[in-house]
Amino acid sequence: MYDKEKLKEISQSKKEWQKTVDKAISRFPERREDFSSVSGLDNNRIYTAEDVGDMDYNEDLGYPGQYPYTRGVQPTMYRGRLWTMRMYAGFATAKESNERYKYLLEQGQTGLSVAFDLPTQIGYDSDHPLAEGEVGKVGVAIDSLKDMETLFDGIPLDKVSTSMTINAPASVLLAMYIAVAEKQGVSSDKLRGTIQNDILKEYIARGTYIFPTEPSMRLITNIFEYCSKNVPKWNTISISGYHIREAGSTAPQEVAFTLADGIAYVDAAIKAGLDVDDFAPRLSFFFNAHNDLLEEVAKFRAARRLWARIMRDRFNAKKKKSMMLKFHTQTAGSTLTAQQPDNNIVRVAIQTLAAVLGGTQSLHTNSRDEALALPSEESVRIALRTQQIVAHESGVTNTIDPLAGSYYIESKTSEIEEKAMEYIKKIDELGGAPKAIDMGYIQQEIMDAAYRYQKEVESDERIVVGVNRFKVEEGSPKGLLKVDPTVGENKKKGLKELRDERDNNTVKERLDALKNACETDKNVMPFIIDAVKAYATLGEVCGVMRDVFGEYEQSVRL
Amino acid sequence: MDRPIRVLVAKPGLDGHDRGAKVIARALRDGGMEVIYTGLRQTPEQIVAAAIQEDVDVVAMSILSGAHNHLFPKVVDLLEKENAEDILVIGGGVIPEDDIPELKKVGIKAIFTPGTPTTDVIEFIKSQIKN
Repeated sequence: MYDKEKLKEISQSKKEWQKTVDKAISRFPERREDFSSVSGLDNNRIYTAEDVGDMDYNEDLGYPGQYPYTRGVQPTMYRGRLWTMRMYAGFATAKESNERYKYLLEQGQTGLSVAFDLPTQIGYDSDHPLAEGEVGKVGVAIDSLKDMETLFDGIPLDKVSTSMTINAPASVLLAMYIAVAEKQGVSSDKLRGTIQNDILKEYIARGTYIFPTEPSMRLITNIFEYCSKNVPKWNTISISGYHIREAGSTAPQEVAFTLADGIAYVDAAIKAGLDVDDFAPRLSFFFNAHNDLLEEVAKFRAARRLWARIMRDRFNAKKKKSMMLKFHTQTAGSTLTAQQPDNNIVRVAIQTLAAVLGGTQSLHTNSRDEALALPSEESVRIALRTQQIVAHESGVTNTIDPLAGSYYIESKTSEIEEKAMEYIKKIDELGGAPKAIDMGYIQQEIMDAAYRYQKEVESDERIVVGVNRFKVEEGSPKGLLKVDPTVGENKKKGLKELRDERDNNTVKERLDALKNACETDKNVMPFIIDAVKAYATLGEVCGVMRDVFGEYEQSVRL
Repeated sequence: MDRPIRVLVAKPGLDGHDRGAKVIARALRDGGMEVIYTGLRQTPEQIVAAAIQEDVDVVAMSILSGAHNHLFPKVVDLLEKENAEDILVIGGGVIPEDDIPELKKVGIKAIFTPGTPTTDVIEFIKSQIKN
């Protein structure tokens, strides 16, 4: 970006400056010998034009809405439209969740986000023995279409966009959503939203898998294919680095492993006969926003540029939309402390800035009390207000990608891209992400980073305010949310009623038809839709697939 | 003591957040203990069976889903039924302060909440097992 003569001059003057630095240090040493980011990347004392000397503006940055999308995916970004403020919420029962959604819509939220309880995420009905104690705990319990009808009661599905955090049984929950919409008179081509549907990161980091790698990849490509024809506005996958980061990865690892998963999905879909430009525009991503503000901004920009290059050069995508990395962000739950929980509001504000300066398309901000319990309504409101303050008061939304051109930001963007590329190369050598996961390679890399970080905190090399420094005596926090313990029993009762009321012959026929489809190479989506419309339960539908596909076995290496 | 302290690190319930469990497992191992990690989605029955089969001194459970009030006591209960109540049972994760007294009453000897240094856990185990 600079001519060689100018760079020489800069290099020369830097040497002069270095002398004054040496002098200063000899009298007042710096706070530490080495400075590094939270990901362990070296932080130099200063960055100059020299660090970005070989950057090519048009090739490496371009303009917003233009390849390689480093500066954002839309030509006007937040000047045109702010990001979607999307708070992930799901509470115990469908009825309570429905009330929370209506509350959040009234408060100015612009999209729904559904959290499911763990039995739902793993494909068990509320009366399954393994569901004991878990029903309605971390989200809403959905056993059948009946619950889904309650969940979206009075919410017009042609007007909202809905994000569902569901992976292994994504096909079943999407089928139920389509069925509810149909009952509201909304045809599936009008539906907007996202299913997470990213099974690879479940094996890597999040743990709510059901089936082995291969049939899981087939379910995902079945969804791609069905939606490209019938639910064209639906984002069929949200390729998630969020949980990879929460599990302890570094920022470059977050980019690398997420995009490696993305590559695996694109490969699988192409292998299944889909054209890359038919499904790639519907791929979306999901990243974490940590405290290291500038590293995070660089991370988001690096991810966008790298994905654009991968789609163009590796997969020969032609459509612009296939090359755009659109992403949702959530602030980092793992950075929130149980100690002095109100400090978390500040952490979330910094992370919000990171996401916004990084050009996110939607954002969930965590609540201050999440290291203690499920968030209370007041905490959720503060978290949402944090986004609104950044959006309307901070001024950072007025200019697109305002940090571009910073020697530091550009240099870090390139460094993270390079480090991620090295990992992707390594994963390619191992045979791709699914193989690298089955071997435990990716999990091991993350674990090493997580352990390193823990050691740094315990040895006070890294300061976490309130945890290893600036501690105070604290009483126990008040006003935490409690889940009603009767939820599980009520759900059991509801299931029994459902099984008595519905036409069990039809249920059996449709489940048999689904089994048949699973055993052949037919697309299973239409069969799942038929089954849930007859009020087959989530557990029954997943049970059929468990019978045919088997279950994944985790490989654990410490 | 002749042999190193043996610890079963277990993930009861359905939540898949195993960063804490794995970090603790590694720290205990680096602290000189023998560690067996169960992996995800263990029922109390499975945990107790593994504890007895592996002849451990400690069962350390981690849970973040909120099902601790249900699952932790069950493990203590089953250990008693198997006459293995001498095994030290400890727990960790996102566990509200209000729940801790009740858990301690039923026999969970210590609850470690987020932010606890791994060295505290190691020291606690060592102090308990020596006695």
